[in-house]
Amino acid sequence: MANTIHVDIVSAEGQIFSGEASMVFVPGSQGELGIAPRHAPLLTTLKAGEVRVQSDGAEEQSFYVGGGTLEIQPNRVTVLADTAARARDLDEAAAVAAKQRAEDAVRERTDKVEIAEAQAELLRAVAQLRAIERLRKKR
Amino acid sequence: MAGAKEIRGKIVSIKNTQKITKAMEMVAASKMRKAQDRMRAARPYAEKIRKIIGHLRQVNLDYKHPFTLERPVQSVGIVVISTDRGLCGSLNLNLFKAALGAIREAQGKNVKVYLCVIGSKALQFFRRLSGVEIAASVTHLGDKPKSADLIGTSKVMLDFYRDTKVDQLLLVHNVFVNTMTQKGVVSQLLPLQTIDKDELQERWDYIYEPDAAEILDGILMRYIESQIFQGAVENVACEMAARMVAMKSASDNAGKLIDELQLIYNKARQAAITKELSEIVGGAAAV
Repeated sequence: MANTIHVDIVSAEGQIFSGEASMVFVPGSQGELGIAPRHAPLLTTLKAGEVRVQSDGAEEQSFYVGGGTLEIQPNRVTVLADTAARARDLDEAAAVAAKQRAEDAVRERTDKVEIAEAQAELLRAVAQLRAIERLRKKR
Repeated sequence: MAGAKEIRGKIVSIKNTQKITKAMEMVAASKMRKAQDRMRAARPYAEKIRKIIGHLRQVNLDYKHPFTLERPVQSVGIVVISTDRGLCGSLNLNLFKAALGAIREAQGKNVKVYLCVIGSKALQFFRRLSGVEIAASVTHLGDKPKSADLIGTSKVMLDFYRDTKVDQLLLVHNVFVNTMTQKGVVSQLLPLQTIDKDELQERWDYIYEPDAAEILDGILMRYIESQIFQGAVENVACEMAARMVAMKSASDNAGKLIDELQLIYNKARQAAITKELSEIVGGAAAV
């Protein structure tokens, strides 16, 4: 038992892997990491890539992660995997789409008062989008 | 034989409806089981994140993330997770009641309300509501919600919180108690409630790459997202359970209705036969 390390790979949608390993390779955001048992505690982010789990007497297993977070404790590795590819721009696009849907739903209303309300809403949403764009430029 | 034919027609049509409700009941029952599995599968992720956040906060007491700070509440963001389709009893109604309670309470305190709706039933309901702004929406997630589909909506709310456009973020969602009971519940997402310290037995001092603040930021965002995702998955299980129960009672009611109509039909038929017989007997006597 002394020379194995417990590995958990979980994503928001479910557990992907759980078991003992003698060596784990993960795509850290600062470079590929090889984790042996009794690794120093470490917390880092992952980029999209392959997590490889090696254990004695078994074939190497590999899992694709779209990024995520890695936590290492001396006897335990936890990979919090993102199932989807994540990037700031992509997230931004998703947020814009969510707003758009809200606007569309509001635009469907027919009463005159409601149209006025909806227009006000639209203006606000446009302003929000502009604010986001400005923020993005700053970054 | 006046009503007999019409009654028979009615019985046939109710029987057809009963077939449909029975089929829907069975479909909902099998989908519910799968949804429950998914609900359970989504749990470890949130637990692991909660543990890591707990560790982080224990060793980094001085670092305050905006997500953990309480601010005076001037506006509130509410995420409502409803179903896309109806025919599931009072599930959505109870949920909206819970949400309306939270909204009214906020408005009573002159707090502005931003809504983020998930599911078309909630969208239909809340877009008629005045005094609230729907900031984001997503519908038609299907029976297997994907976390990727929720990123956009959660991000809108998280950005609002970060830009201090909302000072509190609530989640209104259905909780799956058991097959018969689902509850609409309001829970607070942000600021983060303190995490139990007693579940942490060990202390670690981590090495951080690139740095603690950035990692904490990422993890907290994932945590909130996973909470919303969990809500969406649980909602599917609730929807299926509620639909199963609603369809079962619909089938039962249809059965009762058929029995009653059958009785009326038999009586009508018997009355017609008796009448015919007495006419024949009367006719024979006259001759």
